[in-house]
Amino acid sequence: MLRVEHLAKDFTLHLQGGVRIGVLADIGLTVAAGECVALTGPSGAGKSTLLRCLYGNYRAAAGRILVRHDGATVDLAAASPRQVIAIRRQTLGYVSQFLRVVPRVPAGAIVAQAAMETGMDAARAATEAAALLARLAIPPRLQALPPATFSGGEQQRVNLARGFIGGHPILLLDEPTASLDAANAAGVVAMVHEAKARGVAIVCICHDIAVRDAIADRCFAVPAMQEAA
Amino acid sequence: MSDDTLLSARDLSLSFGTLRALDGVDVDLWPGEVLAIVGESGSGKSTLLNVLAGRLTPDQGHVFYRDPDGHLADLHAMSAPALRALHRSDWGFVQQDARAALRMGVSAGGNVGERLMAKGARHYGEIRAEAARWLEMVEIDPGRIDDLPRIFSGGMLQRLQIAATLVTHPRLVFMDEPTGGLDVSVQARLLDLIRRLVGQLGLAVVLVTHDIAVARLLAQRIMVMQRGRVVEAGLTDQVLDDPAHPYTQLLVSSVLQA
Amino acid sequence: MSEGYNFAYLDEQTKRMIRRALLKAVAVPGHQIPFGAREMPLPYGWGTGGIQVTAAILGQSDTLKVIDQGADDTTNAVSIRRFFARTAGVATTTETARASVIQTRHRIPETTLRADQIIVYQVPQPEPLWRLEPSRAACRTMHALAEYGLMHVKLYEDIARYGQVAISYDYPVMVNDRHLMAPSPIPAFDNPKMDRMPALQLFGAGREKRIYAIPPYTSVRSLDFADHPFRPHRAPHACTLCGSRDSYLDEVLTDDRGGRIFVCSDTDYCATRQRKDAA
Repeated sequence: MLRVEHLAKDFTLHLQGGVRIGVLADIGLTVAAGECVALTGPSGAGKSTLLRCLYGNYRAAAGRILVRHDGATVDLAAASPRQVIAIRRQTLGYVSQFLRVVPRVPAGAIVAQAAMETGMDAARAATEAAALLARLAIPPRLQALPPATFSGGEQQRVNLARGFIGGHPILLLDEPTASLDAANAAGVVAMVHEAKARGVAIVCICHDIAVRDAIADRCFAVPAMQEAA
Repeated sequence: MSDDTLLSARDLSLSFGTLRALDGVDVDLWPGEVLAIVGESGSGKSTLLNVLAGRLTPDQGHVFYRDPDGHLADLHAMSAPALRALHRSDWGFVQQDARAALRMGVSAGGNVGERLMAKGARHYGEIRAEAARWLEMVEIDPGRIDDLPRIFSGGMLQRLQIAATLVTHPRLVFMDEPTGGLDVSVQARLLDLIRRLVGQLGLAVVLVTHDIAVARLLAQRIMVMQRGRVVEAGLTDQVLDDPAHPYTQLLVSSVLQA
Repeated sequence: MSEGYNFAYLDEQTKRMIRRALLKAVAVPGHQIPFGAREMPLPYGWGTGGIQVTAAILGQSDTLKVIDQGADDTTNAVSIRRFFARTAGVATTTETARASVIQTRHRIPETTLRADQIIVYQVPQPEPLWRLEPSRAACRTMHALAEYGLMHVKLYEDIARYGQVAISYDYPVMVNDRHLMAPSPIPAFDNPKMDRMPALQLFGAGREKRIYAIPPYTSVRSLDFADHPFRPHRAPHACTLCGSRDSYLDEVLTDDRGGRIFVCSDTDYCATRQRKDAA
């Protein structure tokens, strides 16, 4: 589903006198359908950077990110912005650590909209969003409210619902259970298992070792790089 | 240019005296897409908007627009009536100063209805019903249909301008700092409204803003301009989260985090 | 005819210039043609435009009628009629049917005009959009591109505010389905008479220096909405003097206790009817 070849990423900080910071070099990684790979490595090794590269949020400096999209293999690293948008809509789901949404939109609508973007009709999207949020312990009362005032855990669960509802064949999860209590974390683990059973390929960052062991089929250690001059 | 773009510009250049306001700018816009043009004052973003909308003629380069029948037209070779007709129906222009765009001595309903009447609507009841429907769409109480915009707040005026622009269901809307000069809370409501309408109506939008947060919320793609040149362009989140050009990095790092 | 004046007061060059403007105006019905309006021996607003047009078209065999608000005997009508009697020596009349040229301020005679007659309107403001669009250049562009949505915005506003179009005179018309035109301050009641009128209609605005025209048998439509059609308004009374129920009426106060009567605004029409009744 997802194959990374010779991926490299560095940042040039022009505001700091043009310092170049290499973060990733020559990364190779393959994730099959129904497989969950956890990214590991010390803090600052570049786990988040790699995940963001896989989503096309960060631009790869070198290498290829091959994604199975719409019956063909597409290199995300070389795709046009419009292709990336299409890939994200259909193929590539992402659950970020923090919820970033337009103010005033209720939680239920946020999740339903994510479903509609993948082509679901409005009525079905609303029903499925309500069901998924309820499963993640966001009651209807909260679903009608904008999530700006929610607790960290509640926001995280809205975010998860938004990521899972689209049924993307590839899912990228950044600390999916970081702000959740044990019961809610167990619910997320169950959802990941169901997704894997459906054949979804998953890449995740997860510091909670118990959760990681529960969902990941294997770990991929992101090699730490020395700072380049 | 690919054959499904709505608007394509190639190699646009325009100088005002010795000032290079536009320097070799290319733009592609597809149907249903929001493209943000960001940059600080004097970067050429408003000039670019005006050239794309046919209000200014470039020294060099062409802008092509695909009409609903699929024909490609060179904007600056079009006759004045054809261009005005385009602005009246197929296009919309939302400017920062709603007072300048609206008729302050004409009722809210008359302002919304003007574009319908300009397109030939001659049934009072239908015009009025459509105006009321659009007031509701932009969250203005339809009971205020006969009020003069003079007594409206800044946010309401801007929403009225949007209703008056979208009432003819344009395919392409140019927006010049639509949220500029408004209170933050009013801005948030307006942004949400624009985002919703753009999605519902499948509008293509060229959005000029100096506010990066506005671009992030509304636009799928972004172009960063500096001194008449496009220094960086791409997916909005890519450009803003992983800026490559020094100027973009400066812009992004200058934003206050709430 | 007084000595010392050129025929019909204006010099031949000026008349020629006005005739050229008239020809253009006839060629583009409803379109305003600029012309070099001269100083006339009466103040602006008293019909300087109409007088110049009349002077330019008048021939020695013409019979002239001049009305002011329908009446032949008001100061303005009398002085203009006398002016041409003195400077051109033409025959004058108060009978609509006998006139070959009729100069009018703010009315169209009730008697149907014929193809061998010309009616000249005095126009204070030739631009129908002037209250709506302050820029003359913008108005000209609207005329050039036939963009008249703005005029309908005005009608819309009237209906929204008053339940009907609140224009009782100078009611805007579309001429030949192309040009929006101010019919001069005639009552809206008279508008239907302009449509496909057999007589040539000429309009002169002296202060604004514009001439326009409606050729014979040209379509003249009053603007309206499909669900609020144009309705010419007339006081719902019969003329006290001649009993007419079709003509346009003036309201006349007869005493200080609220007494009033309605009489025809067209004095010739009224008098003719009274003579017939008497006979």
